[in-house]
Amino acid sequence: MTEHLDRRHALSCMAWAGGGLLWTVVGGVPRAGLIGSAQAAGTGFSFAQVSDSHIGFAKEANMDTKGTLESGMALVKARKPAFVLHTGDVSHLSKPAEFDAAAAILGASGFDTHYVPGEHDVLDEKGTAPFIERFQKRQTQGTPGGAYYSFDANGVHFVGLNNVVNLKAGGLGNLGAAQIAWLEKDLAGRTASTPIVVFAHIPLWTVYEAWGWGTDDSSKALALLARFGSVTVLNGHIHQVLQKVEGNVAFHSARSTAFPQPAPGSAPSPGPMKVDAGKLRSVLGVASVTVVPGQGPLAIVDTPLGA
Amino acid sequence: MLRRALLAAPLALAVRPARAAEASVTIDNFVFTPPVLTVAAGTKVTWTNRDDIPHSVVSAAQPPLFKAHVMDTDETFERVFDTKGTFPYFCGLHPHMQGTVIVT
Repeated sequence: MTEHLDRRHALSCMAWAGGGLLWTVVGGVPRAGLIGSAQAAGTGFSFAQVSDSHIGFAKEANMDTKGTLESGMALVKARKPAFVLHTGDVSHLSKPAEFDAAAAILGASGFDTHYVPGEHDVLDEKGTAPFIERFQKRQTQGTPGGAYYSFDANGVHFVGLNNVVNLKAGGLGNLGAAQIAWLEKDLAGRTASTPIVVFAHIPLWTVYEAWGWGTDDSSKALALLARFGSVTVLNGHIHQVLQKVEGNVAFHSARSTAFPQPAPGSAPSPGPMKVDAGKLRSVLGVASVTVVPGQGPLAIVDTPLGA
Repeated sequence: MLRRALLAAPLALAVRPARAAEASVTIDNFVFTPPVLTVAAGTKVTWTNRDDIPHSVVSAAQPPLFKAHVMDTDETFERVFDTKGTFPYFCGLHPHMQGTVIVT
């Protein structure tokens, strides 16, 4: 199930911004704006989303992923969000030095940061353990080894999921039965009017199956979320903004702070897009995105990226 | 004991073929090439990642028969296939990437 992607959309995805997203909850409906844009302004409770910092990557698409993450965090800081969500691929190869560098930059921002792992963060022989130890220790005590957890802030229930382990040949992202059982328990007893924000690395809707951009068993998680009036699903992994609203669920994928990836199907592979280095930074904060509820099924909202 | 081991060593070498057969699989644009590789038993297969994104090679059998550590750009993984059979595998990071080694 892939929506038609026109030329304008493909071009819009080429304009990349290395900043994070600022989310504002107004009347229970989270709205997103690219940090630095005037449209991101709001008076409600806000939080930022930073994703795919890929610390350790140093190739033509971006030789300075530390620098671009620092730029992104400077923009986040200027917006004064309540906290930051990092939707995975903190590191490029799960190396301790990469975790150190990322933790130093993200820690220096002073924000409480909630992480979920990307597939690049669990490459160590010990799987998720080093990532949990470094980035999730305080949250995942009740779910040892699972790298998933939940917390509440300002009346919003946040659920961090892990869909990057136990991947199967030919498959997509994977939540697994244990995590879905945990989610069912986590959501039980919460009123349907509680706004829910789910954050996970790989998109929880099928963006582009041929590139593995989706999660095999996400429908089971979404079924558990169906009774809630406001559900916002935040993902990373695909290094571009794509949105879709289906019923009460708004799906949104964030940009990377490291390098852009092509629009679904627009290139031979989902590998890093190489853009002019000057262009890479010049587009920071010039675009805005808004989660628009009520667009009906199958609506991926085209993202206006910059003037 | 020691003398016996010393005598056995050259004998073991002698029964091996002078040069082990070798075959290779490359990774470009998130694709294993060739997707199906047919080799004789005893062949050493080398995978080379030519993408600027890391990949891995994981046996699709349960439990996996082999698993490569992640390969960054230009890194390789080698495995000698001694047993006849069909060995499907995939990339542990990007499981839509699949390949098969057939050993005859």
